[in-house]
Amino acid sequence: MSDLKKIKNELLFKLKSKLNLSEVNQIKSDLFGKNGLISSQFKKIGTIAETERKKFASELNVIKDELQDLINLKIKEIENEEIREKLQKEKIDITLPERPFVRGKIHPVSQTIDEISSIFSEIGFSVEEGPDVESEYNNFTALNTPEDHPARDMHDTFYLDEKKERLLRTHTSPVQIRTMLKDKPPFKIIAPGRTYRSDSDQTHAPMFHQVEGLHIDKDINMGHLKGCLNYFIKEFFELDKIKMRFRPSHFPFTEPSAEVDIGYEMKDGKIVIGEGDQWLEILGCGMVHPNVLRNVKVDPIKFQGYAFGIGIDRLAMLKYGINDLRAFFDCDYRWLNHFGFDPLDVPTNYRGLSR
Amino acid sequence: MKITFDWLKDHLKTNLKEKNLLEQLTNVGLEVEGVQNLSSDKELFKVAKIIKTTGHPNADRLKVCEVNIGEKELKKVVCGAANAVEGLITVYAPPGSTIPKTKTKLAVAKIRGITSYGMLCSESELNLSDESDGIIELSSGYKKIIGKSYFSKSKSNLIDLSITPNRPDCLGIRGIARDLAASGFGKLIDFKKKKIKSNVRQTLNVKIKKEKNQGCSIFGSCLITDVKNTESPQWLKDKLTSIGQKPISAIVDITNYVMFDLNRPLHAYDADKIEKGIIVRNSKSGEKFTALDNKDYKLEDGMCVISDHKGVLGLGGIIGGTRSGTELDTKNILLESAYFKPGSIRTTAKKLNLDTDAKFRFERGIDPLSIEDGLNKAAILIKEICGGKISKIDIQKIETHKTKIVKFDVNLFEKIVGFKISTKEIFKILENLGFKFKKKKNFFELTVPSWRPDITQEVDIVEELVRISGYDKIRTIDPIKERKKSTLNKSQKLFHFLQRSIASKGYLEAITWSFTDSNYNNYFRDTKREIKIVNPISTELDVLRNSIFSNLIIYMNKNLDRGFKDLSIYEIGPTFTGSKPGEQNTVVCGLSSGKKSRLSWIEKERNVDVFDVKKDVVQTLIEVGYKSEEFFIDDKTPNYYHPGKSGRLFLKKEAGSEVAYFGEIHPNIIKNIDMKTESLVGFEIFLENLKLTKKTLNDQKTKFYVSDFQKSERDFAFVVDKNTNAQDLINAVLSVNQGLVSNVKVFDVYEGDNIPENQKSIAISVTIQSFEKTLNDSDLEKINNLIIKTVLNKTGAKIRS
Repeated sequence: MSDLKKIKNELLFKLKSKLNLSEVNQIKSDLFGKNGLISSQFKKIGTIAETERKKFASELNVIKDELQDLINLKIKEIENEEIREKLQKEKIDITLPERPFVRGKIHPVSQTIDEISSIFSEIGFSVEEGPDVESEYNNFTALNTPEDHPARDMHDTFYLDEKKERLLRTHTSPVQIRTMLKDKPPFKIIAPGRTYRSDSDQTHAPMFHQVEGLHIDKDINMGHLKGCLNYFIKEFFELDKIKMRFRPSHFPFTEPSAEVDIGYEMKDGKIVIGEGDQWLEILGCGMVHPNVLRNVKVDPIKFQGYAFGIGIDRLAMLKYGINDLRAFFDCDYRWLNHFGFDPLDVPTNYRGLSR
Repeated sequence: MKITFDWLKDHLKTNLKEKNLLEQLTNVGLEVEGVQNLSSDKELFKVAKIIKTTGHPNADRLKVCEVNIGEKELKKVVCGAANAVEGLITVYAPPGSTIPKTKTKLAVAKIRGITSYGMLCSESELNLSDESDGIIELSSGYKKIIGKSYFSKSKSNLIDLSITPNRPDCLGIRGIARDLAASGFGKLIDFKKKKIKSNVRQTLNVKIKKEKNQGCSIFGSCLITDVKNTESPQWLKDKLTSIGQKPISAIVDITNYVMFDLNRPLHAYDADKIEKGIIVRNSKSGEKFTALDNKDYKLEDGMCVISDHKGVLGLGGIIGGTRSGTELDTKNILLESAYFKPGSIRTTAKKLNLDTDAKFRFERGIDPLSIEDGLNKAAILIKEICGGKISKIDIQKIETHKTKIVKFDVNLFEKIVGFKISTKEIFKILENLGFKFKKKKNFFELTVPSWRPDITQEVDIVEELVRISGYDKIRTIDPIKERKKSTLNKSQKLFHFLQRSIASKGYLEAITWSFTDSNYNNYFRDTKREIKIVNPISTELDVLRNSIFSNLIIYMNKNLDRGFKDLSIYEIGPTFTGSKPGEQNTVVCGLSSGKKSRLSWIEKERNVDVFDVKKDVVQTLIEVGYKSEEFFIDDKTPNYYHPGKSGRLFLKKEAGSEVAYFGEIHPNIIKNIDMKTESLVGFEIFLENLKLTKKTLNDQKTKFYVSDFQKSERDFAFVVDKNTNAQDLINAVLSVNQGLVSNVKVFDVYEGDNIPENQKSIAISVTIQSFEKTLNDSDLEKINNLIIKTVLNKTGAKIRS
């Protein structure tokens, strides 16, 4: 018996010291190898008197299990220590910069067009388009602006031929003509796009963007026009209340015509829309002139409705606090980065315009 | 149109204040563009006389003037004007006054060492005219009021109105007063019209020639003999200066006054300078005359001229000539009041690039029935101020004015504007605006006042009524949230998707002009036609762009100049193939410069290259929904790409036009435009060439079908001719058995040692997997052999041993 105790004590003593894995394995084979201490004790079982044998064997098994557990525990301990040391060595400076990435941006005008489309989509407008190069007829004559009409002076037009029959459209209104010639009423469309005037200074660019609106049906009156624009302005500026003013104006293609102002005030050098007693002109509109309807073979006795034209760049400037129109088209990398939008910021009906 | 409240009060009786006026003007559609406060210290500007001038000791161009401003002591003023000479009567601005033009407040100041007390003013500095050459020269008549205020004591602000082109009647003060009165802002004063009482005939013969496109239909005139032209009386000068007009002489001032007051342009001729009589006729090509702006004009055929037997005197309704102009010594005058047709005026003025107050009014349409009123008012005033004898009025006409009648159904008002006003109210408004009406069965017959050329149909009446009743009465009808048609069509959705897809790959979206510099355009025009703009805004924007690259590269270069190196920008927009509507394409064009991972501690930096843009193009097209297995790429690209490092992509080998180009920009272009960058690559995707799928997303998802049997990956290295495309090799492998062979990857391309010259080795990894069973060694061996054989047959490539 004392042999077994001695073996156990010796082992416990050995395991106390710092060992590596092969040393532990050596101890293991010293005990349990073919001629190991424990193995040889098992070989002794046959020689022990029958009365003692059972007890001896049972005690030997207990010791064996006990010793095996001790060794396994030690192995586990060493392995854990090794992993710990390895991870310790692998430690890096996690504050070093991430791998380089580049971020693209959507131009504020494109974002604004998507915002506008999203708002008008909700109230049933669909998007139409027209070419940038237009005929003199579609851009002026069909819109009740004949050759000798002084209103043409307000449009400094780029021409593409000496006869002045082809031009860069000065507004998006020719899309009204194209849409109404193509289909049958009712019409409920918006048409965003590029427009051109040979005019260039701090507040005018030779190219800018407009969105045209047209709603023609049997009973569309100026109240609908006011309601539609009121809704649009509120949604666009993401405000619950807005101060809006309709005042009489003149466009050859609408009658009656109106210009729309919104209320604003200056706070800390920034425009705040919706409050205050200053007025800012933002769009022109009116009831489509019967002459225009006749020009596109729509009966003005049966159908009537409104049209409007809004400067997109100007809306974007007001909403996002951009001061200089020319910067929109100047392509300054810093400006595009600053005022651009993440491509994932898609304005939609269900999630709204803003994050 | 510039007005003052004071002048308006000549025609309008009202107790309301200027603040209400400004609001009401805007409410009736006469937009207030600005209000200039002229009165605040206007009285400070004094009539003064230069007594003595001496040269400035420290500046050659300056003078030191001693000026009499009606005080005991003379004021010392430093002045730079060449016409500041001794004896000149001019206008003096004291320290403390604010110069209207510059809005600067004067102070006593040292100018080059000499103290100057105030300044002497030019007309432009006082906003009287654009004349900035020298200080104001006043006539000797002002001697009497030296030291008195140059301006009258009017407290009325200058109100600048933007009159829309349909309202010529509001280019006169009376017209504006009429609109205001109709809207309830006071009462229009009814004048007893004074008429010329004369028994003398107008003896100068006037004839309107009956010709095709005669621009004049009525010519009214009277002679005033034995006048003494003089300076205008103070009240008249004040009237004109109050709206920023410069007084000239009584006769000219009176015609101008009547024009601004009644919107009735007049012209005064020196009758003695008219040879025999007046002939109103079409000009002949080559005729010349000197106009009152001191410029010579050469006329074309068919312009409406007022002439005598010697030649052209002036352009009717636009500008008079110097030959028959009135001067201070003019004795006899012929006063003209005519009707010129808007179209004729407009055409002539445009051809000659002339703009005058008269032209501005005639081209919008003058009241044809105001001819006699204008002559009466002006002639009587001239007689009052200049004396003389007035003849009877002579009127020549070749057309008679037809009164316009418009049928009006009162129900139309509510139908168009959505609210109701009483019939009584309707007629009150129309009556105040000058309409006359007769009741018929279901409608009214309205007689349109002769001063309203803009009113021709029923809806014009609706506008008058709603304008005067107030746009604030229009109800707000909330829109219904209902959509019957989809907002975007397929190609608009594609545009939208591509726009955001490219941005998501690190490109900044730019918007540049649709036109460009022809020099740059030529680099990227390839075989396309140049489309010139007839009237470009500058020579740098003289053509429509044939490609977006021209603008992108200009702006890319500007950004490189700003010190940025690694830039990716793109634009989605039109390029043009011709000058007809519709001859345009929508293109997404991107440009990338410099390096990837510049100065990174972790990534190896490298130049951007053609495979970067190829990735952007291919990935984008896959994201849109096209199958990359079907893409076909070759190397035929426009001449602005590097011929060896660019490609064009088709959605399918057999079908359709190219959908994209990508590659390095041609090194010659980079050199020519002097661009400093390590590398420049770009791409173009053509939206119109992309076939739009009719399928919804739901239809696009086919049945989910995958194999769970063991798959094997086998590597092959083929030796091919150097100019064999990898694409052909891959297609050959894929053609072996679509059911078994998938996912071919090129993992190495090698030329050099152990490879014969003019050949290269392409190493690929092929995934082989069956949908039916786990393939055993012999199955795989068969497929291997088949791949090797097929590739050999199709491309001539040999397996590398």
